[in-house]
Order: sequence, then structure tokens, then C-alpha cells
Amino acid sequence: MNSFQYGKPTSLEQVTSFLARENANVFVMAGGTDLLGEIKEGLIEPDLVIDLKAVPGLAYIKKEKDAVAIGALTAVADLAEDPMIRQDYRVLVEAAKVIASPQLRNMGTVGGNLCQRPRCWYYRDARVVCSKKGGSKCYAEKGRNKYHAIFAGGICYAVYPSDLAPAFIALEAIAVIASPQGERTIPLAEFYAPPIVNVRKENVLGKQEVVKEIRIPLAKKNEKSTYQKFIERGSWDFAVVSAAVKAALSGATIEDIRIVCGGVAPIPWRLKKVEAALKGKKATESEARKAAKIALAEAAPLAENGYKIELLETMIARAVVALGK
Amino acid sequence: MENSRKKKKTVTRRAFLQSLSGGAVGAGVASRVLGKEPRSIQSGPGEMEVFSSKRIALTVNGKKVGFETEPGETLLQVLRDRLRLTGTKRTCNRGECGGCTVLLDGKPVYSCHILAIQAEGKDILTIEGLASGDKLHPVQQAFIDKDSYQCGFCTPGFIMSSVALLDKNKQPSLDEIKAGLSGNLCRCGNYQKIHAAVAAAADAMRRG
Repeated sequence: MNSFQYGKPTSLEQVTSFLARENANVFVMAGGTDLLGEIKEGLIEPDLVIDLKAVPGLAYIKKEKDAVAIGALTAVADLAEDPMIRQDYRVLVEAAKVIASPQLRNMGTVGGNLCQRPRCWYYRDARVVCSKKGGSKCYAEKGRNKYHAIFAGGICYAVYPSDLAPAFIALEAIAVIASPQGERTIPLAEFYAPPIVNVRKENVLGKQEVVKEIRIPLAKKNEKSTYQKFIERGSWDFAVVSAAVKAALSGATIEDIRIVCGGVAPIPWRLKKVEAALKGKKATESEARKAAKIALAEAAPLAENGYKIELLETMIARAVVALGK
Repeated sequence: MENSRKKKKTVTRRAFLQSLSGGAVGAGVASRVLGKEPRSIQSGPGEMEVFSSKRIALTVNGKKVGFETEPGETLLQVLRDRLRLTGTKRTCNRGECGGCTVLLDGKPVYSCHILAIQAEGKDILTIEGLASGDKLHPVQQAFIDKDSYQCGFCTPGFIMSSVALLDKNKQPSLDEIKAGLSGNLCRCGNYQKIHAAVAAAADAMRRG
């Protein structure tokens, strides 16, 4: 690896004030599972890497009066194994336990998973200066695009790879963001921004800001949730297509539902029209497929990723059926 | 004349490998020289501490070790190149194959994908620390008994992942064994025998 300096903070205030002071090439690292890859691959050349794991007290899962608070530095493995999360938030457990491998889940963190960079093979190739790296075009658009976006592409077709992001957004999570000015909160759904806002990044985090905590509303009794992920290998991989669903059920009838998909757009992709079509319907495969087709009519596949349309319909159908199980 | 020309064309395996390693070293040096040096960032009083190198201490296989490390050095590099614990393998060096798996505070991690400086104060267990004297760990013994390796390069990583799995789950099902070892790759494709070894080790450990 190229050499860089190492920052060992003792508080988040130290981190954000340092970020505010410095202009460029300073990176914060949580688990490092993505960042070290980017350094090794030559995608970034940091002058300084700030180790968030050095800050005490950022790894926790706490049930509070109105929400469950999850510290950004909580290991993905600890999220998947937490008894309270396992009892109340099936979608999180199902998402967390299929993230990467046991080794990476032990190092990788909740905050890091939500801030990871895309896996697009043009983006990950240091020789290719694509639009995400300041170049003038997306090489996937007319190139090899089997794994790319079917929604909201254009400037960049890289899909957002996080499994936790769709799951948390389905749960109406809020991100707590720290900066030298203090803290602000933002719905996680609004934390991500499509390429048209800023193609160089996937979220609205300012340069002096760090994700501190994720908060999810307390689970209601009639709420069910699930995460369905399609991968090409038997062991582990990034999602080709995934669907996170949370629904309020009355018997088998869907009173309310949120559907957020991964692997289909540059940001976690919510399907509001499908949600609307499913309200008041039974949670069956046929109703789910009928509703899913509404969104799929809006998909704009590229030459090699049209298969994702059918796959998405199936993931939605599997998720809706799994709600009843 | 004829003879010496012939001699020049002869390439021995050793010379070929030496030329390759020379090239690799040359390339490494060249990239350092050509690549930009990191800007030096100073921290003031009350600010976050910034290090260009740091003396750290950690525990490896029960022994305290201390050394000076630069931030770009991985835990794997320290284990292999400084501590000469070469049982831990460098294979993909990108956190995907599991050949470098060690236990950090009891949990399996990819040592190629962790900075040594982050391991400060941690407890590391490598394949060299598993046996007690001449007595192999039950997982090591099971890998021998079940013939669970071919080329053997992935074996230390598989054994470390297996030890971690059995520490958490005394009687794993086949699916649980597969999930527990999903972060390790065997290019010889010896998975069935590896899974059999883990099941056998679980039995042996339950019997004590």
C-alpha cells in the first residue's frame, strides 16, 4: 500500500474539526473493508486516514423510549446477532447475515456499510476515469453493463451495493450526523442522492460530517419485515437485485407497506407506486407480481441487464410471501 | 562462439524466478519514486494525534510483541515479514479469499485487510499458536485424519475459520459449517473433505 499518515482520534469532535480544517485527501475509516480496497486498488491516495474505531463509545445497540439507536461503529456481525434486533427487525438480520463473509462482517461496521462506494467494474478500475471519478462519461452505458442500474442511470449507472441501506430505509431509519457545528438528523432515505445531484458521491454527507448513529422507530406489533437478496454465487456476493420490505398486516391483508430495492439504481430505490398498489391487498405472490409490474414498466434497462426486471419482480414477490412466514 | 550464444539463451527456473522478483522489487521502488508522497499533516495541541509511524504492542499467540509500524503496513505483513509467522498466507491480498485468516480477540478476520497499527493492544491467534506443544488442536488433527487439503495453501486460513466457528457453535449443521467457512476459498475444490473435518473436529471436541 502507498504510505499515508494515521489519525487516532479520541472523540468525534476531534474528527469533524480535523475534517473541517483539512482540504482534501483526508479519509475517515470505520472497518476499513472498503477503504483499504480503494487504497490498494489505487482509486484513492490518502494523505491521512482517520481511524474512527479509535473513538470510544461508537459501537452500541440501545433500545430507547422512542427508537432503537445503533452506533455507527457497531460491527455488522454484532448487528446480525443482537437478541433484540433478532426479535423485532427481521429485515436487518436477514440483510446483515448475508453481507460479505464472516471475516468481513467482524471488521465491517453499520456506518461503513451505509457509506461504502459502488462496485461498478469501471469505477473500481483505477485506469478508467469515468464520470464518478471526474471523467466525462459512464463507460457502462454502452459497455459491459450486466450488473448496472435499471432505474435513475444516465450520468452514472453504478448501483448502490449496500444491503443494510434498503433494510434501514424500509424501517424508516434516521441518520444522526455529527459535524463541528453539532448534530443533525436526516431520514436515511434522504441521505442518498442520485448522480444528478453529485455524480462523485452517493450521499449528502458534507466534507466535515460523519455518520454517528442510526435510529429506527420501535417495532409495532402488527409489523413484519424481510430482506430478499439474489446473488450469483452460493457463498457470498454483492446483491444482483435485493428487496427490503416492511409491512403492517391485518391478517393476510396489507395495511401499509414500504419496499426498498438494492442493486437496481445508483441509490437504494423505493417503489412507491408498487407500495400504493399493494395497500389493501392480500400478501400473496400473485398480488405482489401484479403490483411489481407497475414499477417495472418504468425501468430503463441497458443492453445486458434487462434480466434484472424479471428478477426484481421475483424478489418483490418472494419478499411479500415471506412476510407471512 | 556457438556455445556462448547457446548459453545465453538458456534460462534456468531459478534465474527466471530471480529475474521476476527483481522486476517486482524494481516496480515497487519505481512506484514509490513516481507516486506522490503523502502531504505531511501536523496536528496541534488538543487535536487528534497524527502518526507517520508508531511503536505498538500486541499479543501474538500469547506472547507480547512490540515494533515500529507505518500506517500502510498490514497485520499480515507484520505477522509474516517481521514475526516470521509464515503459516498465515498472503494469497489475494484484497480481503476475499481467507488465506490470511487469523483470530483477532477471538474473531476471524482477514489479516491482509487490517492495518497493523489498528491491531495495537489486540490479541492475535495464528495457526502457529493452535497446538499445545506436540499435541495438535482437534481441528488440525481432523484436517489430517480426513485428508482435507490438497495443495495446502488455503489450509491455515480454513483451520482458523473452523476454530472460530466451533468456538461459537459446538455442533454445527452442514449448512452452518458452509456458512461459517464461506469467507475462505479452496482452489483445489476440496470443500467436502474440509466440511467433513470440521464435523469430525466438532465430535472430537464434544467428546473432549
